[in-house]
Amino acid sequence: MSQDTLFDKVWDLHKVSSLPGGSDQIFIGLHLIHEVTSPQAFGALKDKKLKVKFPDRTVATVDHIVPTDNQSRPFKDNLAEQMIETLEKNCLEHKIRFFNIGSGNQGIVHVVAPELGLTQPGMTIACGDSHTSTHGAFGSIAFGIGTSQVRDVLATQTLAMNKLKVRQIWCDNTLSKGVYAKDLVLHIINKLGVKAGVGFAYEFAGPAIHELSMEERMTICNMSIEGGARCGYINPDEKTFSYIKNKLYAPKNEHWDRALRWWESLKSDENSIYDDVIKLDASKVEPTVTWGITPGQSISINQQIPLLDELSPNDKLVAEEAYEYMSFKPGQLIKDTPVDVCFIGSCTNGRISDLRVAAKVLKGKKVSKNVKAFAVPGSEKVATKAKQEGLDQIFKDSGFQWREPGCSMCLAMNSDKLIGNQVSASSSNRNFKGRQGSPSGRTLLMSPAMVAAAAINGKVSDVREFIN
Amino acid sequence: MKSEFTQPIGKISNVNGQCIPLIGNDIDTDRIIPARFLKCVNFDSLGESVFEDDRKTLKGKHPFDLEENKNASILIVNSNFGCGSSREHAPQALMRWGIKAIIGESFADIFYSNCIAIGIPCFTLPKKSIEEIQNYCDNQFLFLEIDLKKSLAKSKDLNLNLEIRESSRKMFLTGEWDATSTLLDNENLIENKFNHLPYIKFNSYYS
Repeated sequence: MSQDTLFDKVWDLHKVSSLPGGSDQIFIGLHLIHEVTSPQAFGALKDKKLKVKFPDRTVATVDHIVPTDNQSRPFKDNLAEQMIETLEKNCLEHKIRFFNIGSGNQGIVHVVAPELGLTQPGMTIACGDSHTSTHGAFGSIAFGIGTSQVRDVLATQTLAMNKLKVRQIWCDNTLSKGVYAKDLVLHIINKLGVKAGVGFAYEFAGPAIHELSMEERMTICNMSIEGGARCGYINPDEKTFSYIKNKLYAPKNEHWDRALRWWESLKSDENSIYDDVIKLDASKVEPTVTWGITPGQSISINQQIPLLDELSPNDKLVAEEAYEYMSFKPGQLIKDTPVDVCFIGSCTNGRISDLRVAAKVLKGKKVSKNVKAFAVPGSEKVATKAKQEGLDQIFKDSGFQWREPGCSMCLAMNSDKLIGNQVSASSSNRNFKGRQGSPSGRTLLMSPAMVAAAAINGKVSDVREFIN
Repeated sequence: MKSEFTQPIGKISNVNGQCIPLIGNDIDTDRIIPARFLKCVNFDSLGESVFEDDRKTLKGKHPFDLEENKNASILIVNSNFGCGSSREHAPQALMRWGIKAIIGESFADIFYSNCIAIGIPCFTLPKKSIEEIQNYCDNQFLFLEIDLKKSLAKSKDLNLNLEIRESSRKMFLTGEWDATSTLLDNENLIENKFNHLPYIKFNSYYS
């Protein structure tokens, strides 16, 4: 059992009681909600005649269902309109702070909370969304929950949970040029497998992680869940603190000094005990692309899609399913696979640094005429910043559509969807069957820079050939 | 769709029913219930859409479409079942179709918590035993009587020692799987925790 890791410390700090069955009751410091997984929770509160216990500890925004072309109300999609109205009504009734469209602070919940300074080290953070692990980039313990648990957090600000084990993933050296956080996390998931993280929190550490910016760290922690780990985190450091400083909800003045003193004490001890430790060499990671139907089915840009014989017995069943669904032949190169749609956005890669790196690749170039390409900023703040920097113009000049903030084609709950068996080069997080809105649509996950390169060439390309 | 759906309530110590095997590793919650069905403010109509895209692809041959499975209630799955999105809509859809318990090689963490929170016990068995059950179901019906007190499943031919997390087993036997009231019992401790967490005082939500 782990000892003295950041996870242990934050868990112990938030433990309210040991429940009769043997699980722990954990206090949730920050609860984030959105329109898709909260309405039934508010409904259940009403049925049970309960109130929201600490309305100030819950913050809401709207992201999954929002259209990214025309956001005027009422939305064209009646069901989407009904969902946003329900959230508006629930927030108003329960006095919950809500960042609505046009507030300047709306966006994907996992982009919004960090950029507002709501996400802070040492907190427990829960949200009815599996990518809540993103917030672990700040040294908080953050995890996704279901709707019944959203109800429990609203009613009690606590959850019944079993403590997770802790696996340290130590990344030596640094990433090479043209290789990004997305490539590293896809590489990690490939090496460990999509279910290795079940029952674990992942602590990402080592020189390669230390080097990463806060936004890159968010990309890493965001995809912990794709490796099966409900929670992923990084010990906070100077980068963490300077990212938070002066954000809207960051501690101010004397509160800042107190916060900083506490945060600086928050990290895994040097001699802390882990349930497992994995080491890998980040300098060996290359631009990485998924070829299959799980985020673990990835290869380097110059590799061939694995033969069945090269895979472990446990991976064969899903590989066979993937060859068929993706219409790929074992042994085929992934490079030069034609793509129909290019999508840059999502809680994994929809932040300003993602748009900057893609714009750098796109500048002065044109999107292939066979490709529909669109960029969806992660939040209104990201969109504003991108416009200030002229990034939107670079995207538009290249032939990308520039859209309004939301989750968009990561999960296709709005009208941004693949059609038929289109192939999408996507900066999102899941390549599951049907994930991007068409039951036969095919998704290739990659970094935003690689999506930009694919958009220009109309096929999967090595971004290193664009950036010298 | 089956006869009327009734939500489980209170203590759960036995689940008896016919097994429905679903073969495949890493079956994610997008497949269990595609995202377009999440545009709803209640869970009521999800049962008919469970595995919608997989079922359409298999044109009536999906286990959830086979006539012989229409009264089944114990789902048999392989490894990492329910991975991906945290959507509780997935177990809610399974439950509304008629699933009352799941036996598998392994489950994704959030899916597992969601099942516990809505009253679907999830048990694990080694890969070999799961395959045995799946093979058995190829030629004949398998009716299991699951006893949570003993963590046993019995049929006329099989005796299975099921594994279930002890805290989950206790929650079902006591009825505390519906956790809200148990959590609220500790109201004073919750207030106390709130008052003593270092960051409550220095964060400026209230500004």
